Amino acid sequence: MSGAREDVLRRVRAALRDVPTGETPEDVPVPRDYRGAGVLQREEVAALFAERVAEYRATVHRVTQDGIAEAVAEACARRGARRIVVPPDLPDGWLPGEIEVVRDEGLSNAALNDSDGVLSGCALGIAQTGTIVLDGGPRQGRRAITLLPDYHLCVVFADQLVELVPEAIALLEAAARTGRPVTFISGPSATSDIELQRVEGVHGPRTLEVLLVEEAVTQSPVLRRQRNATRPAHVRESGRTGSRR
Amino acid sequence: MTLDAVVTRGHPTFEQRAPAALADSQLRHNLRNATGTIRRRRAAAVGEMPDWQALREAGRAIKERTLRHLDHYLLQLEAAVERADGQVHWARDGDEANAIVVDIVRRHGETAVVKSKSITSEETGLDAALSAAGITATETDLAELIVQLAHDTPSHILVPAIHFNRAQIRELFIRELGVPGLSDRPADLAEAARVYLRRKFLETRIGITGANFAVAETGTVCVVESEGNGRMVATLPDVLITLAGIEKVLPTWRDLEVFLQLLPRSSTAERMNPYNSFWTGVTEGDGPREFHLVLLDNGRTDVLRDEVGRQALRCIRCSACLNVCPVYSRVGGHAYDSVYPGPIGAILTPQLRGLAQAGSLPWASSLCGACYEVCPVMINIPEALVHLRGRVVREGQDARGLRGRLDPENVAMQAVALAFGDARRFEAAQRLLLRGAGPVTRAGAAPGGRGPLAAWTTLRDLPDLPGQTFRDWWRENR
Repeated sequence: MSGAREDVLRRVRAALRDVPTGETPEDVPVPRDYRGAGVLQREEVAALFAERVAEYRATVHRVTQDGIAEAVAEACARRGARRIVVPPDLPDGWLPGEIEVVRDEGLSNAALNDSDGVLSGCALGIAQTGTIVLDGGPRQGRRAITLLPDYHLCVVFADQLVELVPEAIALLEAAARTGRPVTFISGPSATSDIELQRVEGVHGPRTLEVLLVEEAVTQSPVLRRQRNATRPAHVRESGRTGSRR
Repeated sequence: MTLDAVVTRGHPTFEQRAPAALADSQLRHNLRNATGTIRRRRAAAVGEMPDWQALREAGRAIKERTLRHLDHYLLQLEAAVERADGQVHWARDGDEANAIVVDIVRRHGETAVVKSKSITSEETGLDAALSAAGITATETDLAELIVQLAHDTPSHILVPAIHFNRAQIRELFIRELGVPGLSDRPADLAEAARVYLRRKFLETRIGITGANFAVAETGTVCVVESEGNGRMVATLPDVLITLAGIEKVLPTWRDLEVFLQLLPRSSTAERMNPYNSFWTGVTEGDGPREFHLVLLDNGRTDVLRDEVGRQALRCIRCSACLNVCPVYSRVGGHAYDSVYPGPIGAILTPQLRGLAQAGSLPWASSLCGACYEVCPVMINIPEALVHLRGRVVREGQDARGLRGRLDPENVAMQAVALAFGDARRFEAAQRLLLRGAGPVTRAGAAPGGRGPLAAWTTLRDLPDLPGQTFRDWWRENR
């Protein structure tokens, strides 16, 4: 196969004979005159995020920090979800007593598939596009747990929000550099393959629900994330995997 | 409707394939609905971006930088993927790429793979190669599944089954997936596919994806999708194989901030498509334990060699040019006889496959320029079309030697070139034309298509000529 590698590289170089020998990549100018930073106030960013997520037909509930567990309980009750998967480090304070919680300590795909839903945090949210981003960081777990269950309940803090895509890409660079997988989620799974008519839910979770937590915001998302990363490890209880109905 | 009827030799030309498509009224109805809808939606999605032109400029420039230094970025990408415990393979052509994939699957003793949508794998004929090796490939994108079950080929980059309507899909699923009593509601059809494919996702140990972008700096591969099948294929199997054309590389992670804005709005007319997955080699405890990136040339370096045609390699496969094209929206994808249809296909396919194989495609255009206007990376498709037409004509003439030079069209063009090259000759030619044109245009129309220049006159009227040239008028009246 090394023959192919050398051949392809040789062909590339032969094809680029018109490029002057001394030219470096940086000699080709890249104008970046597009918006790099948002202009909205924090409250406006939260409102825009909520509006745009809802436009994807995902449900958004605006709650306060100490109302998370109650909102989770209500969401699960509405959904009829009794047994939900959570990442190993999800804060206990988010969990209501009345639902069965299965902490992911290497659950099988079949077990994930059979759960009623998943509750997770996120890395950040993008208001401009109504996007939730997971980067394998705190309170998010591995990718399969937010993929196989049919219901995804995601907690987003208002100070995790940015306005524009370039702001999000900048914050995610560290994850990419350390090899953590990144997932952008903009509404529930969807297809328009049949006569371009949008159908929610093909393979990913068919229902996406967002709890947008608003509190006194004094820190930028970067600081917020750093603070989260250094929080004491959450109690890792073993999965309470009682029998299903 | 069989297209074979119009095949004469080798690859049928666009002119030979188009009439069959044009005569299919169901196809034209499906196409008109679909392309019209998505065209309107795209315009709205782009319209809300105040910095759209700046993003296009940046997208063009980033691709330009990448292509001019492609060897540098490919080596950087290779090193970064290997640093992240991924393996990189190089393939000169489609057969070589397919053999690499087959070999990986065999080494794991597997006989089945799940695939998320990859046009590049259609280009190489991967499914057929896997099948020949006794490996079953299941397409997991809904449209690709429809096309696979129907033993058909995709006809659109983004909506491969754009030529099927719901009734046709219902019939297909009842027959092929064994779901009796299925309705033709899109939601029910999607549910049937979900149930069928979920089992495949959970059972299959090897996944194959394409790539939208591969970041040289970090070794990160990005797949942009809607349904979640891409996430499934990239996350659940033990072994993941990604097939990517060498032009998919981007220099830096930051460059994604441009393309993740350009692609969704141009492609599906969304602010953001439902899912984007980014992975970097292998991640401990999360997803596949083995990752292979196959880098494919397959004619791309031939495209790179043409300084005008090269811009086709900027393409990010959004399909906006298909949807606005007056030709595509009438004949559909199959008339192009290529996995890359529409305006971008008309400039990419002849360069990838060779002008001798697909030389009719640069004429599959009215040169209206709508494609250039919507292209998120500013590929000047009309310019490339005209350039490629020139190459086809010149290479044809060269191949025919003196007879090629004495071809009436060539003689006429040479004469025109001579006349336009000098003011005096130009005026003399004008006067000659004024005297000679009378009998030709008397009825307000050129004579029907006969003789050596029939292709020019069959469908065109010669306008009435004024009695005096502008130059003469200017001399008299200034």
